[in-house]
Amino acid sequence: MTAALRFDPIRLPEKCEQLRKEVRAFLAEEIAAGTFDPHKPNREDTDAPEFSRRVGAKGWLGMTWPKKYGGQERSFLERYVVTEEMRVANAPTRRFFVADRQSGPVLLKYAPEHIKMEILPRICRGEVCFAIGMSEPNSGSDLFAAKTRATKTDGGYLINGTKIWTSSAHIADYMIAIFRTSPPTKENRRHGLTQFLVKMKQPGIKVNPIGQITGQYEFNEVVFTDHFIPDDHVLGEVDGAWKQATSELAYERSGPERFLETYYVLTELVRAVGPNPDTRSAEGIGRLVAQLHTMRRMSVSVAGMLEAGKEPVVEASIVKDIGTVWEQQLPHRVRDLAAFVEETATNRETLERQLDFAIKTAPKLTIQGGTTEVLRGIIARGLGLR
Amino acid sequence: MAESDNIVVETAEKIFADLADPQTINNDKKGAWQAPLWQALSEVGLPLSWVPDELGGSGASLADGFALLNAAGRFAVAVPLAETMLAGWLLAQAKIASPEGEMTVLPASPKDRISLDADGSLSGRARGVPFAKAAKHFAVLAHGKDGVAIALVDASKARIESGLNVGYDHSDTVTLDKVQPVTLKPAPKGVDQTHLMLMGGVARSLQIAGALESMLDISVRYSNERVAFEKKISKFQAVQHNLARLAGESAAALAAATSAADAIANAKVFDDEVYLEAASAKIRCAEAAEKGGAIAHQVHGAIGFTIEHILHRYSLRALAWRDDFGSESHWAVELGKLVANRGADELWPLVASR
Ligand SMILES: Cc1cc2nc3c(=O)[nH]c(=O)nc-3n(C[C@H](O)[C@H](O)[C@H](O)COP(=O)(O)OP(=O)(O)OC[C@H]3O[C@@H](n4cnc5c(N)ncnc54)[C@H](O)[C@@H]3O)c2cc1C
Repeated sequence: MTAALRFDPIRLPEKCEQLRKEVRAFLAEEIAAGTFDPHKPNREDTDAPEFSRRVGAKGWLGMTWPKKYGGQERSFLERYVVTEEMRVANAPTRRFFVADRQSGPVLLKYAPEHIKMEILPRICRGEVCFAIGMSEPNSGSDLFAAKTRATKTDGGYLINGTKIWTSSAHIADYMIAIFRTSPPTKENRRHGLTQFLVKMKQPGIKVNPIGQITGQYEFNEVVFTDHFIPDDHVLGEVDGAWKQATSELAYERSGPERFLETYYVLTELVRAVGPNPDTRSAEGIGRLVAQLHTMRRMSVSVAGMLEAGKEPVVEASIVKDIGTVWEQQLPHRVRDLAAFVEETATNRETLERQLDFAIKTAPKLTIQGGTTEVLRGIIARGLGLR
Repeated sequence: MAESDNIVVETAEKIFADLADPQTINNDKKGAWQAPLWQALSEVGLPLSWVPDELGGSGASLADGFALLNAAGRFAVAVPLAETMLAGWLLAQAKIASPEGEMTVLPASPKDRISLDADGSLSGRARGVPFAKAAKHFAVLAHGKDGVAIALVDASKARIESGLNVGYDHSDTVTLDKVQPVTLKPAPKGVDQTHLMLMGGVARSLQIAGALESMLDISVRYSNERVAFEKKISKFQAVQHNLARLAGESAAALAAATSAADAIANAKVFDDEVYLEAASAKIRCAEAAEKGGAIAHQVHGAIGFTIEHILHRYSLRALAWRDDFGSESHWAVELGKLVANRGADELWPLVASR
């Protein structure tokens, strides 16, 4: 066999199920208290700092990290359960999610000790929001074309240039960004980029919001003008960010957030068709559920690989590719299947409002976090084609 | 070939490699390969894997048997191995000993019914029965006045109309007209036609997943050999992306099928959660057979469309296996009804229960 793409049927252990109950109970309380409406994905108040703190207080942020940094030393599978329950409930996770999934693990790996001690416990308490500064106006898929410069100066670096599409930069306390510290070399065009910890809301950083077709403001342009970053904020190897960036990807690409972003329309479809669906609706729902179930089994399997200390880059890319294509098609399939739903269905309005938003959301799903084309390139490399 | 530490699978793979090489089989138009392969498989007891020792089988676990079927799919073997295993399993449910030789199960479609009359005879029609023509015995699930029964039937007592499926394998119509079974016993609680169909469906899912693994394998290999426009076609991005999608379909099929196999092998009862696994596997694997098979053919160009090339052994069988024990459309309707019946708020708990 060329590729041993095996997704072992990992089962979530019993303690995950206990945890799941706790998360559901917590979310039910939050919903009852009016923190968020699970039927309203397009709410305006997606930034919920108090909710973040309560999630932190539960011990559900930085769950897998060492206790000395505020973590719980729990398994990736337990973290998985928390993530999926939050997603399915439409909980407002914007403020903490990036830090928990990605930025924290980067700091754990590459930050100096005093910075870890300073920031990681605050992430675990749900107090800090992170942004990821990779893309630039002329560097999206081609990350290594990034131009924003970090010029060495006394005790640190001066940053000049622009990052773009930076999710949550307008509320973020920190950004982990890559900047150019040297030109690429002839032998290695990936050389010359360095990862930095950026403290936001400082002189020399301007954040300009960019509206999205959904009507929301989620990402931004971030302009750096002689912004100073101290030496101890360099993360990992100078000029070697390309090696670090790839191992981050398995975390970013395989989680339940990569197929559950439009999930709510499926629930509302089931509600709208009622307990005795016609054949057409039943078949449509059955297929969607089978596809969802299969992806989730694959995604859980990748979580199991992460738990076992593997770096399943190809497997994670497969899950993201299939998952995002699915969540992108889902609202359209649901629209199709809902066409003959009785006018009197009790949740008809909710379904229509949700579909409107999900259909507007759909185009971005196969772009954020690496486009379909880029992912398929990674899979092709894994198959030995390049 | 993926290394296996499973002795049942290892034994089977060795026999397949020696006696079921797809190219050799494809060249042998008269079918002379069939008898030695069946004999070798029988000598080591693989067709009766799921039959306990005391009932004449080799008593392998459900899990090992499923893994064996996945390996059989990787070779697209066209002997009634899965069918005999399923028949043996069904008979064993009612503690009926398995005879030697090829078997298959009736019915093979959720819509067909075999009925048990008051005089103990069986009547009814079963369509799309795989390898009925080759079988010496049938394991039959029948519905009587007192519930479900399982029977061993001598195949010569039935009327068999030959048919071929899309993959050129026998898929026959079997009619029983007041046939007296060799043995007849009541089915244990929980074993019904749905259970049998899902068990058969998961067997087919593992075979389809195996065929897709091989299709990915030979497609990648071919793309690294074939030169066009002075390059290996594997260097074209469009071809790479097609193969990446094939890898995704193959991985999804394997994940769905092995997860369902694991669920059944560890199930105490056949509840909604196991139903979700088994039905999903058949639905998703059938979809993967369609999408993945199309890509494998696209990558192979015209050569893959010839009868001389081995690709069709995998692609057409994978397509044919979609139809056995309930098509994906059938299971999608049933799964959709189950989900709708449980209600919207029970959907996520069902999915997340696994
Ligand atoms: C909602 C949202 C949130 C985002 N958040 C962030 C964030 O927080 N931080 C951040 O850094 N970025 C973020 N991004 C940016 C995202 O990572 C980029 O949009 C993405 O990497 C694609 O880059 P691009 O938009 O410049 O498109 P381009 O790179 O210009 O691509 C345009 C098209 O060309 C295709 N293409 C490009 N190169 C190739 C190639 N070699 N082969 C085949 N096809 C190719 C692409 O696949 C795509 O279809 C976000 C994007 C979205 C939509």
